[in-house]
Amino acid sequence: MSALPGSAEGTAVTGLDSSPVDASPETLAELPPLTEQTRLEAREIIARYPQPRSALLPMLHLVQSYQGYVSPEGVALCAEELGLTKAEVGAVATFYTMYKRRPTGRHLVSVCTNTLCSVLGGQRIFDALAADLGVHHDETAPDGSITLEHAECLAACDYAPVVTVDYEFYDQQDVDSARTLVAALRRGEKPHPTRGAPLTDFRGVSRQLAGFDQYGDEATRRAAIDAEGAIEPTLAGLRLAAERGEAAPPMPGPGPGQPSADTGEPRETVRPSGRTGETPGEEAADARVAAADTPAERAGAEQTHPDKGAEYGQPRGRQRAGTENPPATEPATGTTPPTSPSPNPPRAQNQEA
Amino acid sequence: MPLAPVLTSRWAEPQSWRLSTYERLDGYTALRTALGMSPDELVSLVKDSGLRGRGGAGFPTGMKWSFIPQPKPGETRTGPAAMPKYLVVNADEGEPGTCKDLPLMMADPHSLIEGVVIAAYAIRSELAVIYVRGEAVHAHRRLVDAVREAYAAGYLGTDILGSGYDLELVVHAGAGAYICGEETALLDSLEGYRGQPRLKPPFPAVAGLYGAPTVINNVETLASVPFVVRGGSDWFKEFGPEKSPGPKIYSLSGRVVRPGQYEAPMGTTMRELLEMAGGVRPGHQLKFWTPGGSSTPYFTPEHLDVPLDFDSVAAAGSMLGTTALMVFDETDSIVEATLRFTEFYAHESCGKCTPCREGTYWLVQILDRLVHGRGTAADLDLLTDTCDNILGRSFCALGDGATSCISSSLKYFRDDYVALLPPEEQARLGRSLRLEPVGVAS
Repeated sequence: MSALPGSAEGTAVTGLDSSPVDASPETLAELPPLTEQTRLEAREIIARYPQPRSALLPMLHLVQSYQGYVSPEGVALCAEELGLTKAEVGAVATFYTMYKRRPTGRHLVSVCTNTLCSVLGGQRIFDALAADLGVHHDETAPDGSITLEHAECLAACDYAPVVTVDYEFYDQQDVDSARTLVAALRRGEKPHPTRGAPLTDFRGVSRQLAGFDQYGDEATRRAAIDAEGAIEPTLAGLRLAAERGEAAPPMPGPGPGQPSADTGEPRETVRPSGRTGETPGEEAADARVAAADTPAERAGAEQTHPDKGAEYGQPRGRQRAGTENPPATEPATGTTPPTSPSPNPPRAQNQEA
Repeated sequence: MPLAPVLTSRWAEPQSWRLSTYERLDGYTALRTALGMSPDELVSLVKDSGLRGRGGAGFPTGMKWSFIPQPKPGETRTGPAAMPKYLVVNADEGEPGTCKDLPLMMADPHSLIEGVVIAAYAIRSELAVIYVRGEAVHAHRRLVDAVREAYAAGYLGTDILGSGYDLELVVHAGAGAYICGEETALLDSLEGYRGQPRLKPPFPAVAGLYGAPTVINNVETLASVPFVVRGGSDWFKEFGPEKSPGPKIYSLSGRVVRPGQYEAPMGTTMRELLEMAGGVRPGHQLKFWTPGGSSTPYFTPEHLDVPLDFDSVAAAGSMLGTTALMVFDETDSIVEATLRFTEFYAHESCGKCTPCREGTYWLVQILDRLVHGRGTAADLDLLTDTCDNILGRSFCALGDGATSCISSSLKYFRDDYVALLPPEEQARLGRSLRLEPVGVAS
């Protein structure tokens, strides 16, 4: 590919990662084996889902929990258990950032270098750690202690800049605190993460992501779940509301779930079954809705359905009067993919009807 | 508007994540109410509440539920209506700036689970899956334990609370791919494939997980549902504007004194939220901000009084997105910030659609040389031209989102781009500006 005039080759980060999976004899000779137990656990994962292939992602986490990366042996195991080709499994494994192509160090250190963390120092943290460890992105220190990577947004912007170790959060870091953290990890220590649960290691966390307990005994598991974190940003609004005496409007009186504007008429249960005495027109409208192939068609059909105005808490009999209203048209809502904001929420139509 | 903690109201309780805490604070009472109603009544209630999806798109939640084909009485069960129905929870939080769903699952996982059971009952689903972002191991750990507690207490499993209704709930961990937050890519990922979006239609309501009717809702959306059931639709509509009501978790980050989660009625303004967060750090001024994550066009100080609800933000030229309010001040370079976001999109583009895959790559090249003082006058138009060739030309919204920060920064801060050009290139534009490189890459 030729570069545009003036652009330097190799200056930009792209999603392309063509690095090969490590299958060198030296690496493979050192891997702990996948065992019969691994297979049994894989089958346990498969049993969670209506269709076996849904188990593939957790199974790849399982492989990493044994071997620290998605090894050729792990790909083969997944393929065998799911009746897939190794190419099919490999295609999936290489799509996802968390599946590693080379054995991960004892700990995986991820530094968020997306915009928000970076302006607050994330890039400086990454650069300092890379220099200390003598590695680049996605490389492991020679002593095998740490694999360093830059990470995309870790959904912790209110705690920025963040570093994770084996995906456990160390919040509001700076260059010095991050260097201290990594130095401790290299000495074999496990500094306590900010949000509570104690640090384990990459393989333990992979086991949790596969849907298994990584702690071994109930007391340890319980303690990890119940460990308190330092979560001031999470509670910032709540604390301020308490300070200012601000609160949400109170819920209406004794009957939660009752529409407060109910006129006191008995609420008629509109069940999907047992609709008798429909007029031919209503039956035809039902058929239009039922025959709709797409949500868009269905929405259109529902809009012209005589029961369209039937809302919760409004007895159906009263709605009958509403059928003389001209059918509302709502072209945009049904045809807009759910990923786009809808310009015509149903409330607007209900108001007009 | 004042703060209005609803979804966040339990978060400061000791061991707020435990079932015992949740039950003590009215937890699972909405489920009891809901199971006494018919599914159709629940759909109508949620429709009437005006609840709109909190995952970014703002699609009306009750309407989404109503799209699930249900067999009519006496009808021969064929087609989608006869298939199993699925509820899938999108907990793959990863839009830059967004940080509301993970704290919710950490602090109050049972509110999500209760919302899941109610929603699944409303659409007559017997299997729900929560797809949690893989990197979120801390939230995953609490959620998995909460699900275990809920099963043991009879809120999940067979014959829930003696109602005869059965629901299985699976917590599924992703593996690091932003695109899986797009609902159809999430489904592909959940089926064990590369997470690549599907062409719509058919919409997931007709052909979703395993080709069966599926509702996909965001964490915050479903956690709102128990409150709608308990408080009623009229109560819910007391929060904010009529067309997008409800309490909303606003996430402030960046150059503010007290970053964090601030729950307030929909339609609260950035001026109000900034005041709550202690303002921009002392001695500095707001320069630009995002109303809803990196995929939403930037706003500037002139937008401080825009009510932050779906319609008002759209009318002002951006999107409410996930109410992820990233705040940048005058020391931050908007071009460098935009480069960082664009690198993110290039990294996360799934590669399925050519305009997005190739376009984001070239956008990075152009922005990179601009940031490093090697741009040309023609690059500014080339950026716009490239964005025009991505926007609206891919299956999903990732490509569209990638253009937002570029188009909006060129619109509001064109001089910042010009100032990075070499003097001779500026001369071509008849300009002479100088701006010291500052911020992320320096």
